[in-house]
Amino acid sequence: MTYGWMAVYYREFLILKRRLTRLLASMSVSPFLYLIAFGYAMGNEVVIEGHTYMEFLIPGLVAMASMTQAFAIATDINISRFYWHIFEEFQAAPISNLSYVAGEVLAGITRAAISVAVIILLGLLFGVVLRYNNPLFWMAVFLNSFVFASLAVGLAMLVRSHADQSMLTSFVITPMAFLGGTFFPVDRLPVWAQKIVNFLPLTHASHTIRSASYGDPAHHFSYLVLMGIGIAFFLIAVFCVNRARD
Amino acid sequence: MIKIEGLTKYYRKLHALKGIDLHVAEGELFSYLGPNGAGKSTTIRILTGLTNASSGSVFLNNFHIERDRVKAREQCGLVPQSINLDQELTVFENLNVHGMLFHMPHSKRVERIDELLEYVGLLERKRDLVKRLSGGMRRRLMIARALMHSPKILFLDEPTVGLDAAIRRRIWALIKKIQQNGTTIFLTTHYIEEAEFLAQWVAFLDEGRIVAMDAPQNLVSGLGSWAIDAMMEDDMETVYFATREEAKHYIAAREGSFTLRRVNLEDAFLSLTGKKVK
Repeated sequence: MTYGWMAVYYREFLILKRRLTRLLASMSVSPFLYLIAFGYAMGNEVVIEGHTYMEFLIPGLVAMASMTQAFAIATDINISRFYWHIFEEFQAAPISNLSYVAGEVLAGITRAAISVAVIILLGLLFGVVLRYNNPLFWMAVFLNSFVFASLAVGLAMLVRSHADQSMLTSFVITPMAFLGGTFFPVDRLPVWAQKIVNFLPLTHASHTIRSASYGDPAHHFSYLVLMGIGIAFFLIAVFCVNRARD
Repeated sequence: MIKIEGLTKYYRKLHALKGIDLHVAEGELFSYLGPNGAGKSTTIRILTGLTNASSGSVFLNNFHIERDRVKAREQCGLVPQSINLDQELTVFENLNVHGMLFHMPHSKRVERIDELLEYVGLLERKRDLVKRLSGGMRRRLMIARALMHSPKILFLDEPTVGLDAAIRRRIWALIKKIQQNGTTIFLTTHYIEEAEFLAQWVAFLDEGRIVAMDAPQNLVSGLGSWAIDAMMEDDMETVYFATREEAKHYIAAREGSFTLRRVNLEDAFLSLTGKKVK
């Protein structure tokens, strides 16, 4: 027996496999530049929370890359909806909305996992070794990807054009990437700004990924926040698939 | 096999379907004929679950399309108007994903893919990427994909649009073959000759309403058998005759430019709506 989500995921997996070389190259460019620009330029003299800036930066890049790559499935869904009309194939199939969303979210999580592996490898090239064997590190990466892949599917169902999609990326993902504790500690912001950025899921992802990478005690609250937001976005995405039918 | 009762559809203020009632019997090839914007694609989108109806009910092989959503979808295969194949996947992969979406076990999928590719003449292209196929091949592949899960009903939305005459005839032959194997076919088209060649039953759709529904020969029988298109200064007038001789007498008695031809469904549509199908 083949379940609907498996079919959706299998299709995305085949496409991912076919694009893998290009994807790996594009996934490496930004983190490589960040590591050169921020890592080398800031040097090892800068110490944050008892770690070098490079050690601080890599977990932030993991959080950012898992977010952007999980969210990138929105663009693929968008193209398959408006340009190739492949989404109609799923709509006409005897599968539930839940299966469709589960397959797409899993595809987003897979992309995110690959991007995290790329950053870990780049980090190793730059001589940074963190505790990647900590299960809490991977749990945090999974939850972060789950949140943004679910958000991606939901928004991809709501937008009406490619232009809307790129606007969402500019307004939602880009500010989060810079303010969510990826490049600097959130506690260095003014108190009012800290209150705002603490509402961003990426801030919690950066906290959890960073503390797990250092082997510090887990931020249980942040894990719960990510899980809660992820489940909420996932359910909203399931609901939004129906809206896309008109 | 297909039962539609009081089907309506609003797109905001646009009333796209204004109460469609029809019944298609098992094994029949039913053609839905109308000009662009008449509501053909909207009807097919509702029947295949791509769009929600505003009101009315639809049964596919006795399964209600909303209440028995999954079962209803299992009954039908869809060949949409636009090519919606995965260009980055191979012919085999496209069919395989479709089979998975319809819960077919692996061994059955592999067997069925070979059988269908043989059927549509694409077996030798099995491992090719779809983007390497010609337009006609892609259309045939879309038909194969729609047949993958052996549906009882096949929906064809303008299946030959944009294809040249030779390829169109090849697709028609394939559609005939599918119907002869017992599949009920619901075809939308704005090609008169396509409906005439293929359909056993035709519905004329105009501005969201069915204006006539009958066998093609019955739809045209009231007009006569022959038609003359007489070229006027800036228009064309069509006159109908029971026999070819009467038509010839008409031409002999007048001066001007005339075209003598058989009466077709376009004439029937024109006489009912005052509009041309194309």
